[in-house]
Amino acid sequence: MFAFTIRRLLISIPTLLAISFIVFAILDLAPSDPTGNLPLTIPPEVRQQIRDSLGLDEPFPVRYALWLKQFFINEPLNLIEGWTGWQFGDGDRLRVTSWATRSPVVDLIIERLPQTLWVVGMSQVVAVIIAVPIGVISAYKQYSWFDQIGTFVSMVGFSIPTFFTGLVFIVFFSVQLQWFPSIYDTNHEVTDWDSFVFQIKQMIMPTMVLALATAAQLSRYMRASMLDNLQQDYVRTARSKGLTERVVVTIHVLRNSMIPVVTVIALNIPTIFGGAIITEQIFRVNGIGQLLIIGIQGADIPLVQTLTFIFAVLIVLFNLIADVLYGILDPRIRYE
Amino acid sequence: MTRIGLLMGATALVAAGAAYADGHSERGSDGQLNIIYWQAPSLLNPYLSGGTKELEAASLVLEPLARYDETGTMVPWLVDEIPTVANGGVSEDLTQITWTISEGIMWSDGTPLTAADAVFTWQYCTDPAGGCAQLSNYNGVSNVEAVDDSTIRITFDEPKPFPYGPFVGAQSPILQQAQFADCTGEAAPTCTEENFAPIGTGPFIVTDFKANDVATFEANENYRVASQPAFATVNFKGGGDAASAARSVLETGEFDYAWNLQVEPEILTQMEAAGQGEVVSAFGTSVERLMVNFTNPSADLGDERGTVAHPHPFLTDTAVTRALSLAIERNILVEAGYGAAGRPTCNVLPAPEVYASTNNDWCLEYNPDEANRLLDEAGWEMGDDGVRVKDGVRLSVLYQTSTNSVRQGTQALIKQMWEAIGVETELRNIDGSVFFGGDQSSPDTFQKFFADIEMYTNNFDGTDPEAYMGNWACSEIPSPDNLWLGNNMPRFCSEEYDAMVVEMSQTAALEDRAALAIAMNDMLMDAGAIIPLIHRGGVSARAASLEGVKMNEWDSELWNIAEWSRAE
Repeated sequence: MFAFTIRRLLISIPTLLAISFIVFAILDLAPSDPTGNLPLTIPPEVRQQIRDSLGLDEPFPVRYALWLKQFFINEPLNLIEGWTGWQFGDGDRLRVTSWATRSPVVDLIIERLPQTLWVVGMSQVVAVIIAVPIGVISAYKQYSWFDQIGTFVSMVGFSIPTFFTGLVFIVFFSVQLQWFPSIYDTNHEVTDWDSFVFQIKQMIMPTMVLALATAAQLSRYMRASMLDNLQQDYVRTARSKGLTERVVVTIHVLRNSMIPVVTVIALNIPTIFGGAIITEQIFRVNGIGQLLIIGIQGADIPLVQTLTFIFAVLIVLFNLIADVLYGILDPRIRYE
Repeated sequence: MTRIGLLMGATALVAAGAAYADGHSERGSDGQLNIIYWQAPSLLNPYLSGGTKELEAASLVLEPLARYDETGTMVPWLVDEIPTVANGGVSEDLTQITWTISEGIMWSDGTPLTAADAVFTWQYCTDPAGGCAQLSNYNGVSNVEAVDDSTIRITFDEPKPFPYGPFVGAQSPILQQAQFADCTGEAAPTCTEENFAPIGTGPFIVTDFKANDVATFEANENYRVASQPAFATVNFKGGGDAASAARSVLETGEFDYAWNLQVEPEILTQMEAAGQGEVVSAFGTSVERLMVNFTNPSADLGDERGTVAHPHPFLTDTAVTRALSLAIERNILVEAGYGAAGRPTCNVLPAPEVYASTNNDWCLEYNPDEANRLLDEAGWEMGDDGVRVKDGVRLSVLYQTSTNSVRQGTQALIKQMWEAIGVETELRNIDGSVFFGGDQSSPDTFQKFFADIEMYTNNFDGTDPEAYMGNWACSEIPSPDNLWLGNNMPRFCSEEYDAMVVEMSQTAALEDRAALAIAMNDMLMDAGAIIPLIHRGGVSARAASLEGVKMNEWDSELWNIAEWSRAE
């Protein structure tokens, strides 16, 4: 298992390098212009000067090499310095800088991580809490009224996009009932009970919108997987041994059924860091997802390159984690 | 509660009422002002961005010497009077202008504003390595010097009939030398801290800035008017879309002011009915127009497509362009897409009042019969498939614009109107960052204009149209030779027009300048180079409780935020 993990980690290095090149090249070749969204009153010569000041006049390989150095050497060193207070060299390193804000990309990401992790992360937790019991009960009591309702709700969750549920929530809970704010306050700090209540209030709508969509998906996987396992011989064996239904379902069947579900959950985790582009926009959560979409709209290429690449790293990493988790859940699975 | 307690409570209430009645005379007495800009500012240094959102957010802090009020009139801001030839502030030969800073103007850190700061600002923006977005405001400036601490003398390299480019309007505010001294040239973009929190002379100071998300301001203790600003703090939130920004002011009341609400008019009207606030609009110089390509965009021409070597097969025929214009019912376009934010126009230069021509008003009347007659007369005969033909050339146009729901709605309506007079219309939309981006490798930019008709909005800053009208000089034609840079999208070229451009740069009297501008506008209209559609205004929303908003299209919308206050 250990050797497997190490081997996979080593393989991921060339994979990530290849990904970084593709990401960089695609974004670089895409027709877009960081001065494209500026007012037309700014004349072309000035635009050209702005582009030059962004370093766009360098050839492609030079910019790629520079970005690699900034991303893999300068930024990690900077992070380590920030965490430990150690000093490497004179500390004056060229960092990956966003074109729109003229500030280091990594600082922007760190600034936005809290709200994204809170809202999107919480939605995954809520989704798992909702989805697993629903999936288990739906499968155990297949075609019961509970299963029918569960199927209906998850179909609704599947088929209605978040930009629609988000708006319905706002119109209903913010405009009509005035219970929750429609705009997330990223400056809000939790210091006492009242501010904690406010934090819950402003998180509840975006979290639920996302949780509903994810729970719909997860509960279907859970149900299908449970149904597969409930037909297996080992379940009949367990029952004939005289084990209670409770033990049969929660220990034997559930554990085996978790394997595909764990994959889905593990592969969902990178999307937590990726934020939720649409939902973040609707509720002004202004996390990573919104950062990415603004970067794309404004042709802020260093920002988009860095974010996309971080997502790639996370996806590779969590794929590995999912594989390792298989082995833990099912001891028969071994990768030697 | 005892009787005395009640009495005291009542007294306090009366006292509070009295404080309100005398016009909120105290700085910071009205609590927090919540502003929402659905496009969030990326930084607060307008010299490094050029975007409207950054410009307006920064206008809470940074100020120019003079700016434009809501009527487009220049008002002294950090000076006592506007220099003119009459008061001796502008030299007789029009090459020098001298500004005198008012007494007692302080930066928010308590140090005085001096002429050296203005000199520094000029140097900062004109440093070639800095990539200054507002460089055009300093066009033609050969020197800026500090005669003494409060006197700024700007010298131009040739007579400048309109010398109010540098340090006038939200586009060219004054930076503090002490803060930005180490941030010039190549260092400009690396000064994150300075660019996120510039020190200014304005009514507010930056307390926190989260790029592309939210900025927080508080009242500037050193602001020159003791009783202003009425608000203690400003929460400047960004993100989302225009419709939900409008909702947060008009329906949920969470915010006090929302900017740039380009939303379908019926949605805004519905939201306004909730009674939490109202929609405000103002008109500047923005015109949504159709640019007519005078050159042949056919791909068969290879490298020479869209160049003056190959005239367009039918769009240089004024009968055609005039018919296209007459066949458009502009009122319908306004109703469907703009509402209070638009009105029909027949001029590419619709404002200020003195520059607006009335000679083209024929286009305001929707007249498809006349359009048909013109085309018949010019020999364009209706074919069997409903498309007009002449000498084997079909009246078929490719009509492109940027991706935007209002624009696509307008496109669809115009397609219908044109097909009714026998002009086949193919529609195309291109993402804004590509269309307006100057990427040399993309064939879809508005400069290359590989289509027959294209639609977008343009305007000019301030009130002087000289540079704007100069856009249609022959030398401004985009072509492979100048890397497709240039603003003359129709590729209109006329010696007479060029002569007027030169004449305008040498004419000082306002009436003469106005006459020239009108003549130039009319010439473009008569040639059919541009078909103006809609004079567009800015639309914002303010909460019912917010007082003092004077919507302004000539400067930052937040230009008079120091005077804003909360009604009871």
